[in-house]
Amino acid sequence: MSSSSNHDVYFIPEPSKWPIVGTIALTTTVIGAVTSIHASEINLILPIGFLMIAYLFFGWFGAVIKESMADSYNEQVDRSFRIGMLWFIFSEVMFFAAFFGALFYARTIAVQWLGGSSNNAMTHELLWPAFDAVWPVLSNPDNLKFVPPKEIIPASGLPAWNTAILLASSVTLTFAHHALRASHRKPLILWLAVTVLLGIVFLILQAEEYIHAYTDLGLTMGSGIYGSTFFLLTGFHGFHVTMGTTMLFIMLIRAIKGHFTPDKHFAFEAVAWYWHFVDVVWLGLFIFVYWL
Amino acid sequence: MSAVIEEHHDDHDHKPTGIGRWLFSTNHKDIGTMYLWFSFTMLFIGGSLALVIRAELFQPGLQFVDPELFNQLTTLHGLIMVFGVIMPGFVGLANWMIPLMIGAPDMALPRMNNWSFWLLPAAFGLLLSSLVMSLMGMGSAPNFGWTFYAPLSTTYGPASTDYFIFSVHLMGISSIMGAINIIATIINMRAPGMTYMKMPIFVWTWFITAYLLIAVMPILAGVVTMMLTDRNFGTSFFSAAGGGDPVLFQHLFWFFGHPEVYIMILPSFGIISQIIPTFSRKKIFGYSSMVYATSSIAFLSFIVWAHHMFTTGMPVATELFFMYATMLIAVPTGVKVFNWVSTMWQGSLTFETPMLFAIAFIFLFTIGGFTGLMLSIVPADFQYHDTYFVVAHFHYVLVTGALFGIFAAIYYWIPKWTGNMYDENLGKWHFWVSTISVNVLFFPMHFVGLAGMPRRIPDYNMQFTEFNQIASIGAFVFGFSQLILLYNIIKTIRGKATEKATSQVWEGAEGLEWTLPSPAPFHSFTTPPTVK
Repeated sequence: MSSSSNHDVYFIPEPSKWPIVGTIALTTTVIGAVTSIHASEINLILPIGFLMIAYLFFGWFGAVIKESMADSYNEQVDRSFRIGMLWFIFSEVMFFAAFFGALFYARTIAVQWLGGSSNNAMTHELLWPAFDAVWPVLSNPDNLKFVPPKEIIPASGLPAWNTAILLASSVTLTFAHHALRASHRKPLILWLAVTVLLGIVFLILQAEEYIHAYTDLGLTMGSGIYGSTFFLLTGFHGFHVTMGTTMLFIMLIRAIKGHFTPDKHFAFEAVAWYWHFVDVVWLGLFIFVYWL
Repeated sequence: MSAVIEEHHDDHDHKPTGIGRWLFSTNHKDIGTMYLWFSFTMLFIGGSLALVIRAELFQPGLQFVDPELFNQLTTLHGLIMVFGVIMPGFVGLANWMIPLMIGAPDMALPRMNNWSFWLLPAAFGLLLSSLVMSLMGMGSAPNFGWTFYAPLSTTYGPASTDYFIFSVHLMGISSIMGAINIIATIINMRAPGMTYMKMPIFVWTWFITAYLLIAVMPILAGVVTMMLTDRNFGTSFFSAAGGGDPVLFQHLFWFFGHPEVYIMILPSFGIISQIIPTFSRKKIFGYSSMVYATSSIAFLSFIVWAHHMFTTGMPVATELFFMYATMLIAVPTGVKVFNWVSTMWQGSLTFETPMLFAIAFIFLFTIGGFTGLMLSIVPADFQYHDTYFVVAHFHYVLVTGALFGIFAAIYYWIPKWTGNMYDENLGKWHFWVSTISVNVLFFPMHFVGLAGMPRRIPDYNMQFTEFNQIASIGAFVFGFSQLILLYNIIKTIRGKATEKATSQVWEGAEGLEWTLPSPAPFHSFTTPPTVK
């Protein structure tokens, strides 16, 4: 069973420390998160955990990049990576599905039942007879426990701008990809940089929106079901945009370093898939959270 | 596992030794072995908790544990058995067997594979530490049942709930990465000529299970995240006072939970579909219908979740839909049982331990299936809900179903893993003692359940005493009979007092895994075999 002659056939990585590093990093982060939550202040363990995660990403992806640059990967490995990324994105879709599901359930069932619809007239009468089932919920069943928002964010302001920005960023990313495939280095770097910039602008506007919501509108995570669904959906999306922008930025550095060739640039494609996914989620948010 | 170390091989990379071999592994067999030992360890921990529960229930009144601790025991017993025993056990088998069965050198993404494994000890370390703390008198472990319904887990959950939440996150990451790996392996690493419809059924069932995992583990992650923010950041997903609904928790949980129960049985279906043909010396009856039945079960698993919550308040039309959809599952499941029996029909049967467990599986799983059918009937379920009848039902499908499938797989494949035959005599003892005692344990629960004994309560009415005593006796016999299995496994690994296994091991065995020597070499297939 000599394998030297089959090295081109199958690629099996050497034993690696990164999975263990990853486990320790995640465990540390988790312990840091819980202890911080319980003490109501951020302790040292949490940032140490984050640093370890950063080390993990740099180290592990660094190792993979090195292997890739050394041409250790054959087509089969490339396919495995593609399948892996594709189904990872699908799992992310399902993660968002849980929060969209909660939004739809709250809006069409939970709030309506509290307002007495279906056969819940007595529920309404006995629990909170003053509650009026309208969406967005600007008056909660118990307004002392969950202080309702004064207003919500209209779809036509910042969210519309953000929609335009994200959609534009998907277009500029596609320009970058076309440039990459045509071996046009300069436009590749330019369009990629523009995409990163649009991602950052999106995040800045999103942060501004949050500040506005908290300080002016009284729309917080604690302001009832509207605030709950609003902040978790847009918050997790914002987190994904942050990840996506970071990854795009790394792709930009790698493009400047000349890592990519017209027919071998899976990392770029994977990030592009991810970015388009984040874009599509935003469209769902814009329609169902802000607009309708 | 020591047998693998002795295997000569001249690969370009030296075989790692010492603790690093396990910590840094990229080898599907070593990782599979770790999964299986992890699962086995958790079986004894979760089983010990169950024995404390059964000791407490031996007679009415409070004997050994107070109700608060009892709640923690039932909760952790369930969580450990579901997430710590059955799921890792199946992943261990997948790791070991899928590359062998499809003619691959290893899993498609070996480093991620190791990460999936090592997250599990971390997750269960977090979870079990809360029980240790509780026993030392510092706070309470999770005490809201393995289904952690809101508001028990949100408004009323102990402080350790937050550790529980993150431990579920880690398990979820582990499962998703494991599932992605299995999908990539099956799509991408099959030997030339092995078309989808030539794959062994075990590979098929795991392929479908992996899709279920990717689809629903993120939902679980989402629901525990909502719990986390409800508990700590003021959101009101599961609080009606803020416009949310505790019933939303149940919908989300069971949208995960119902596919989850098929995640815990489909690989067993696959195992049984490998074993029955081998010991019947016939090809499996209705191969393609097996594949379609498995896919149908997977599809149906997404549209039946609310049958777990018939009594929590739903419109009648919704209840009817979920009732009929649930009943539909009996059709593809019936196809499978029919095919297994037809495979045995006019076969040249022998009854080695794996076959005994497989036949017991068919018989006892079907009992669990039928009680499931009873539970799907809405008006009947109003009576059965939250009684010991439900406990009997899901222990028949999970213990004599899922767990017996894993037992059968261990006996079936351990000669391939170690190169040594297990002790058949001990295997038969293990089988008979387990099979009899498991029925003594769970069958009476049907009766006390129908008579109205509620689950998750440490005390009960006098009239239930006799059946509970019988169940408790069965529990202790069943629990301790697993030591026979442990002893047999260790004896087989040591291999001093056992026969050497041939490559084919079983006379009627067919498939790529039996073309490799026993024990299988460190890297399974270094060149792709061709499948005709």
